[in-house]
Amino acid sequence: MTAWLLGVLQTLLFVVSAPLLAGWIKRVKCHMQNRAAPALWQPYRDLAKLLRKRVVLAEHASWVFRATPFIVFGATILAAAVVPLVLAQHPAAAVADVIVLVGFLALARFFTALAGMDIGTAFGGMGSSREMMIGALAEPVMLMAVFTLSMTASTTNLSEAVGYTLNGGLVLRPSFVFALLGLMMVAVAETGRIPVDNPATHLELTMVHEAMILEYSGRHLALIEWAAQIKLMVYMVLIANIFLPWGIATELTAQAAALGVTAIGAKLALLGVLLILWETVMAKMRLFRVPQFLGFAFLLSLLGMLTHVVLETGG
Amino acid sequence: MSPLSLAYLALACALASGVLSLGADRYASLLRYGSTILLGAAGLAAVGAGGWSLLHESRHADQLLLGLPWLKWHVRLDPLSGFFFVVVGLLVAAVSLYAPGYLREFAHRQNIHSRAALGVATALFVLGMLLVLLADDAFVFMIAWELMSVSSYFLVAYQHQHAPNRRAAFLYLLMAHVGGLAILLGFGVLAAFGGGFTFEAMRAANLSAAWASIAFALVFFGFGMKAGMVPLHAWLPEAHPAAPSHISALMSGVMLKVAIYGLVRLTYDLIGDIQWQWGVAVLVLGTASTLLGVLYALMQHDLKRLLAYHSVENIGIILMGLGLSMIFISNGKPVLGVLGLVAALYHTLNHALFKGLLFLGAGAVAHACGENDLNNMGGLIRRMPQTAVFFLVGCLAISGLPPLNGFVSEWLTFQTALQAPALASGVLRALIPIAAAVLALSAALAAACFVKVYGVAFLGQPRGRRVGHAHEVDIGMRAAMGLLALLCLVFGVLPTFFIDAIDGIPRMLLGITPPSATAGGWLWLTPVSPRVASYSAPLVFAGVVLIGGLVFLLLRVRRKNIRRGYPWDCGFGALNARMQYTATSFSMPIRRVFAPVWDIEEEIEETKHANQPFRPAAIRHQLHVQDKSWPRLYEPIGRLVLAAARRIGLIQTGSIHTYLAYSFFTLLLLLWVVT
Amino acid sequence: MDLTQLGLFDQAVLLFAAFVLFTSFVMLAQARIVPLIHTFAWQGALLAVTTALVAYATRHPHLYLSAGITLILKAALIPWLLHRLTVRLGIQREVEALAYPTLVLIAGGALVIFSYYVALPIVQLSAMVTRNTIAAGIAIVLLGMLLMIVRKKAISQVIGFMSIENGLFFAAVVSTYGMPMVVELGIAFDVLVAAVLFGVFFFQMRASIDSLDVDRLNRLREVDEPAPAPEETAP
Repeated sequence: MTAWLLGVLQTLLFVVSAPLLAGWIKRVKCHMQNRAAPALWQPYRDLAKLLRKRVVLAEHASWVFRATPFIVFGATILAAAVVPLVLAQHPAAAVADVIVLVGFLALARFFTALAGMDIGTAFGGMGSSREMMIGALAEPVMLMAVFTLSMTASTTNLSEAVGYTLNGGLVLRPSFVFALLGLMMVAVAETGRIPVDNPATHLELTMVHEAMILEYSGRHLALIEWAAQIKLMVYMVLIANIFLPWGIATELTAQAAALGVTAIGAKLALLGVLLILWETVMAKMRLFRVPQFLGFAFLLSLLGMLTHVVLETGG
Repeated sequence: MSPLSLAYLALACALASGVLSLGADRYASLLRYGSTILLGAAGLAAVGAGGWSLLHESRHADQLLLGLPWLKWHVRLDPLSGFFFVVVGLLVAAVSLYAPGYLREFAHRQNIHSRAALGVATALFVLGMLLVLLADDAFVFMIAWELMSVSSYFLVAYQHQHAPNRRAAFLYLLMAHVGGLAILLGFGVLAAFGGGFTFEAMRAANLSAAWASIAFALVFFGFGMKAGMVPLHAWLPEAHPAAPSHISALMSGVMLKVAIYGLVRLTYDLIGDIQWQWGVAVLVLGTASTLLGVLYALMQHDLKRLLAYHSVENIGIILMGLGLSMIFISNGKPVLGVLGLVAALYHTLNHALFKGLLFLGAGAVAHACGENDLNNMGGLIRRMPQTAVFFLVGCLAISGLPPLNGFVSEWLTFQTALQAPALASGVLRALIPIAAAVLALSAALAAACFVKVYGVAFLGQPRGRRVGHAHEVDIGMRAAMGLLALLCLVFGVLPTFFIDAIDGIPRMLLGITPPSATAGGWLWLTPVSPRVASYSAPLVFAGVVLIGGLVFLLLRVRRKNIRRGYPWDCGFGALNARMQYTATSFSMPIRRVFAPVWDIEEEIEETKHANQPFRPAAIRHQLHVQDKSWPRLYEPIGRLVLAAARRIGLIQTGSIHTYLAYSFFTLLLLLWVVT
Repeated sequence: MDLTQLGLFDQAVLLFAAFVLFTSFVMLAQARIVPLIHTFAWQGALLAVTTALVAYATRHPHLYLSAGITLILKAALIPWLLHRLTVRLGIQREVEALAYPTLVLIAGGALVIFSYYVALPIVQLSAMVTRNTIAAGIAIVLLGMLLMIVRKKAISQVIGFMSIENGLFFAAVVSTYGMPMVVELGIAFDVLVAAVLFGVFFFQMRASIDSLDVDRLNRLREVDEPAPAPEETAP
């Protein structure tokens, strides 16, 4: 029971700290580009403002449009709930393994795309169409990377996978390196960052995610934005904790938990800097370059799987 | 009372429904009420019989007083046929709930030819399917199989005033018979070694590895053709949409499953001794069907054709599960083999449910607005609110999204594939994850496809006048869809009960039980062991409801706080329905990415303004996307057959003397052979 | 053999072997000439690191020399020669049109599985720590050949050829801990000479057929039918 309680607390921590990570990324980006940076808690202010604002709905919007923010937010929280953040042994990880996690994110994407189609404008449809193509190409890459991992650890349970890497000590696995790179590229594509999509764009024709949610306002928009921040954090925590789990709390002491919080904070901060470095040197791609980008990501995770079979297990 | 007598009751009800329909031309309501009620009774009895024998793992064999003097009809109801009885029965029951409302409008609109023909063919179709499942010798099996094929041919050809339907029906009949021939030859091989046509004798047959492979190849070809496996699927997207919608639901939802039953029955039960090459063949073709099925589906904008192509995809997923199972069994890992088999069977049931639901939904849409073309639909969610909800459930289920049933069976298939490291062969270890990645791609593409379907048909603004005046369908049709939608949810949330229930099938076929799939209690689905993977569908569902509900309660937007406004139009002024994305434009990015998969003919004609050379006055865009299997496979075969026929035609001189001479020489030859 | 039973340096050998294999794939996907040469240089450098690691892990000091030669020749000298050639030919900005890039990469993946299948019997006989990488060596050779088959530009084909040589060298290092020094020096010298000769050949080729597109060599075949109308030079 204590474990479950801690799991809920961990999820709450996850949800609450996601805007902080977004704020950090925005800040680093501003520094990198020589702009005046907003405060670290600016995303919280934005969310609070949006939550207070009145909702303006498109005239043709049906209940699907109004239900979508709640479904997307709920599914993303569920995805966050199964990822070990601070504690390695996480009871909720048994409820849903990493394939289910991909399923939750797919559910969120499905409804976001439906909402884009619901308002009956060209932009919404455009965004949905593009998002579904990118998502369709990203999903096999994600699962291939995950398969590589789970073939080594022989589990798809995230807590078990983290435990496996922790207990194994430092092992140089070529397959993990490739899977990590593949997963990073997918994370970039799935969370709508440069070069696949630009979260800060205001030009309708280049939008993907923004085009779908163009008509959202007020609370609805707040939920969608928050969900996007949580999703980014889910991917970053996955990358940080599966491949480099060191520092995560394995026992239930205050000291271990404090260390775990510090460790994941440091890892996320570092990953955020890495993401911004990448975003700064890359330019946004044309839409039809994205399949090549994701094809390369697939090649990486495929090589990860092949090197696992060829080099790591042998005949 | 035994399960078998319930099964007989189901057969009798189906037969009675057919007999009753004979009078339907005179009394129209006889078809709508009398025979559909009897058909529904047949469905319920089939569910009862199947469920009973599945849960009690009973095997009841019997001989009927029909058939040849030296070969009575053998029937048997065991857990495997019981399971398929449940699948067939559930859908037949739902369809018979749906049929009265649908038929009333259908008869009204389509200028119906003969109600009797429709009723009789439907009843015989159901009868044939049930009898195939019950058959215990090759003779009954083939008779029932042909009954099923021929009666469904009449159903496909029912609206024969349209030329494409006649063509589809002919193609269907042709391919059904080629497939039937292969199955017959397969039975021939087994009977020759077993010394009899009963399944009992065939089980005891001792085949050499080569002959077993030949028999397997024959039945795989035959059943694969019926199931619509790539590249033998060409008939499926033609035939299924041609039939009335409730029949399409039966054909896509159930008849393909009967072919899967045949494959499982012959491979696991009758041939036995599975070889790994078979598993690889099934896996490869299954993977190809999965990917190509969904890619072809994406290019369709006729709702029923699109759904038919999705049947190809889902049959592929089922075959992937079966292929993995065969590979594991032949590599001495029967426990993992059972896992694959369970995944395949679960997907069989799930596909029957959600594909039935979607076809019924497509029928309801066609019924309400007379449209099958997605590009003319739109905004139906306001016109048909309940149908829209049920259809959404079907879309979520077929896209493999949690917490619905499609996800559970795909998850089980993934888990089976992930056990590949247990295999000794490194090449297989490398190939199976790739197949799993293809499955992931297909699932994601299916989601894209159903965003397209739902978004274009139900959301947005109506693209045609008739769609704008659509109306909700009657209570029976809604009840049928609601029932199937509910079942989709139930089988998605409570998979452990189902997996416990079908334990008897692997126990009967392979002599082992999946040891731990439900070891952690009903909450936990742990296919291999809790350490390896677990999924708790009830908790996930509770989580979705709890979190979604909590957030909704906390942050719900009250109606008075909502202002309605125009959507953003870039400042260009009034948006109209024609500016929305259509089904064709939605799938354009995917069409471009996967372009080599189809034969695409695209023509863009631009008429320039007379005095402003850079401003187009009109643009004509024509797009034709074709399945590559036609020009690459079927047309060459067709040409070959024609050429061969022309050669053989040479012996046909038209002179009676020559024919007499043929007979004479044949007689001489035979006499010589006999002596 | 499980990876966890190996020492850290043995694991590093495997890791770098995987990187070398990866560069082969990158070359397959790379359409631009100069980055292609850079990738080739990276392959040489990684090959040198792998060789040095094998030398350290298996205590074969003579492999250090091989690593050094590889580094100088394949990571520096030959790429530099090729780079100079592209500059002198004025083709450093050229982009090759890849026909079916995805299909080629899939074929590459299939080749890796195939080489694994082929190498299995050798792997089972061997007792060396590096035995698993033999398949990677074969795969690099095959991928080099694939590169030569699918490319049209002569310079990409030269790089494909050089990468075949890299694969052979790699296979030799991991399966027998290197060839005798004389052979190795000979091959190294051969490759260098080949690189120089190719340069001369390129100029000749361009002088005579006005292009570096090897498809143009089709004209050299003897045909009876009247020669097709001269094609326009590619933009």
